[in-house]
Amino acid sequence: MLLLQVIVGGLLLGAIYALFSSGLTLIWGMMNFINFAHGEFVMLGMYVSLLVVMWLGGGPAAFGFAAAFSLFVLGVFVYLSLIRYVLRGPMLSQILSTFGLALLLRYTAFWIFSANFVSLPQTSLSGTLNVGGVLMPVPQLVAGVIAILLTIGLHLMLTRTKVGSQLLAVSEDRGAAMLMGIRPDRMQALAWGLSAGAAGIAGALMAIAYPWSPSVGETFGLTAFVVVALGGFGSVPGALLAGLIIGLIQALSAFWFGPIYKDIIVYALFVALLWLRPQGLMGKA
Amino acid sequence: MKIPAVTPTILLAAGLLIYPLIFSGPFYLDIGVTFLLAAISASAWNIVGGYAGQVSVGHAMFFGLGAYAPLLCYTLFQWAPIAGIPFGIVFSIVLAVLIGIPTFRLTGHYFSMATIAVAELIRIYFGTWDLVGAAIGLQGPATARGWWDLTFRSELPYYYIFLAVLAVLLRLTFLIERRRFGYYLRAIKAGERAARSLGVPVQQIKIKALILSAVFTSLAGSLYSVKTGFIDPESGFGILVSVQMVIIAALGGAGKLYGPFVGALILIPLQTATNTWFGGGGTGLTFILYGGIIVLIARYEPGGLFELWERIAPRGWRRKNAS
Repeated sequence: MLLLQVIVGGLLLGAIYALFSSGLTLIWGMMNFINFAHGEFVMLGMYVSLLVVMWLGGGPAAFGFAAAFSLFVLGVFVYLSLIRYVLRGPMLSQILSTFGLALLLRYTAFWIFSANFVSLPQTSLSGTLNVGGVLMPVPQLVAGVIAILLTIGLHLMLTRTKVGSQLLAVSEDRGAAMLMGIRPDRMQALAWGLSAGAAGIAGALMAIAYPWSPSVGETFGLTAFVVVALGGFGSVPGALLAGLIIGLIQALSAFWFGPIYKDIIVYALFVALLWLRPQGLMGKA
Repeated sequence: MKIPAVTPTILLAAGLLIYPLIFSGPFYLDIGVTFLLAAISASAWNIVGGYAGQVSVGHAMFFGLGAYAPLLCYTLFQWAPIAGIPFGIVFSIVLAVLIGIPTFRLTGHYFSMATIAVAELIRIYFGTWDLVGAAIGLQGPATARGWWDLTFRSELPYYYIFLAVLAVLLRLTFLIERRRFGYYLRAIKAGERAARSLGVPVQQIKIKALILSAVFTSLAGSLYSVKTGFIDPESGFGILVSVQMVIIAALGGAGKLYGPFVGALILIPLQTATNTWFGGGGTGLTFILYGGIIVLIARYEPGGLFELWERIAPRGWRRKNAS
């Protein structure tokens, strides 16, 4: 029964991994660009939630929306002011740009919020649910389920709507998309907004259920790399599946070997993947 | 009057040789030693990150292995710390090959992601591994048992040892620049597919560059731990160790012989200044500054200060010194 509880907990956390990783995979698939600051976007989403709760006293719906919206704006801003210029540049500036951004955001957060762990004050979501002997904390359950729904929603948006088709068209062939009257620059800005927005709302969901400090961004960023590598670069369904798997692996390795090993095993899995199957589970070779 | 191309190098060497005689206070000596160490590790990074264009953001893994090996040999066998340096180098070479083989088949992003993940993996693992002192780390000999312990009260001997290593590394890089290997590296950086179609053994050259870079980064780590007589996971494998190498090389000019040197010349005094002015809180501020500098370099000046100088330097000066 304890094992079952560990499994459920891992899957619920994995659902949030899936949500923010789908943002990373969107950028990677669309413009062949890896965002080293993605974990920091999640971290910012968490602090936005905290500030909204502390200053405005908003509930989960309010701070979830606030985190998604503010990170969407940040994502578009980062694209327009930085990424647009380095996209065509050498590899060095592509990697340095978001890597530097990650440092900037992480240490600014350290400076403002200090290195201490914080958590949201009790919201209306609290208590535990007993499902056939498995105890599930309501915040984790709600966060996990919403994360899965949002990830599926993102996938549907990309595959079933006009905007989604336009986004995919730009990622398929920039030049041809331009001839069809799509503005690639605008679409890429939108993709950055969506990507950061997904990270932001994932941060808000994470904040409901778990405590955090500014250093979580680094861990989440690396976790997102592993999820994307496992799921296949550019694949949102792949990220969903891989996120759940990674959450599960983390929970089980923490349960069996001790909490310190959860990240070690996940990073080792990443290195093993690079050796054995660099295109991921659902990616194309 | 034509200035011989070697004159700047000789002036530079002379300046570095007499620096400790002029600024003999412990504060300035410490800056000098820190500067040399930073220049060594950034120049080592430059071989693979600058010349070959394979951007590693986890070079701390080699630095850390190099830093742990001497103190581990001392702790386990009571050997002189320097006897551990070869072990650090060997482990770094093995690690370089293990990372290079799978990631160099793929695009450059994979290499960057793999380096950061492996560095973090090792850092976390060392923090739990009792043999290497877990989170507390390892210590070297408190007092020297003989000269071979390389434990000196003054920083002066370290200054000249580091200077010698830097000179060897820069000389080696200078030679590489002019050989086939150097041309291969630049060809790979400029366009991997084109290089391959012209018959450059891309995979093999990239791995060689990574090994060479890892060897000197490991050596830099060993020098660091022998000097300080202390190492823990954060100061060996921490992400900021990697960041420092990248930013110093990129600031001066990645893929330029003296790029990392110039970068260190600017960044180390700057870092000392922010740490002195802002006290304990300065460390955080230093890294905010680092992040800002990195973003600005990426956005406006990916070639670093060297390229900026080449563009804005007066034309006459440039022609005179064109080699």
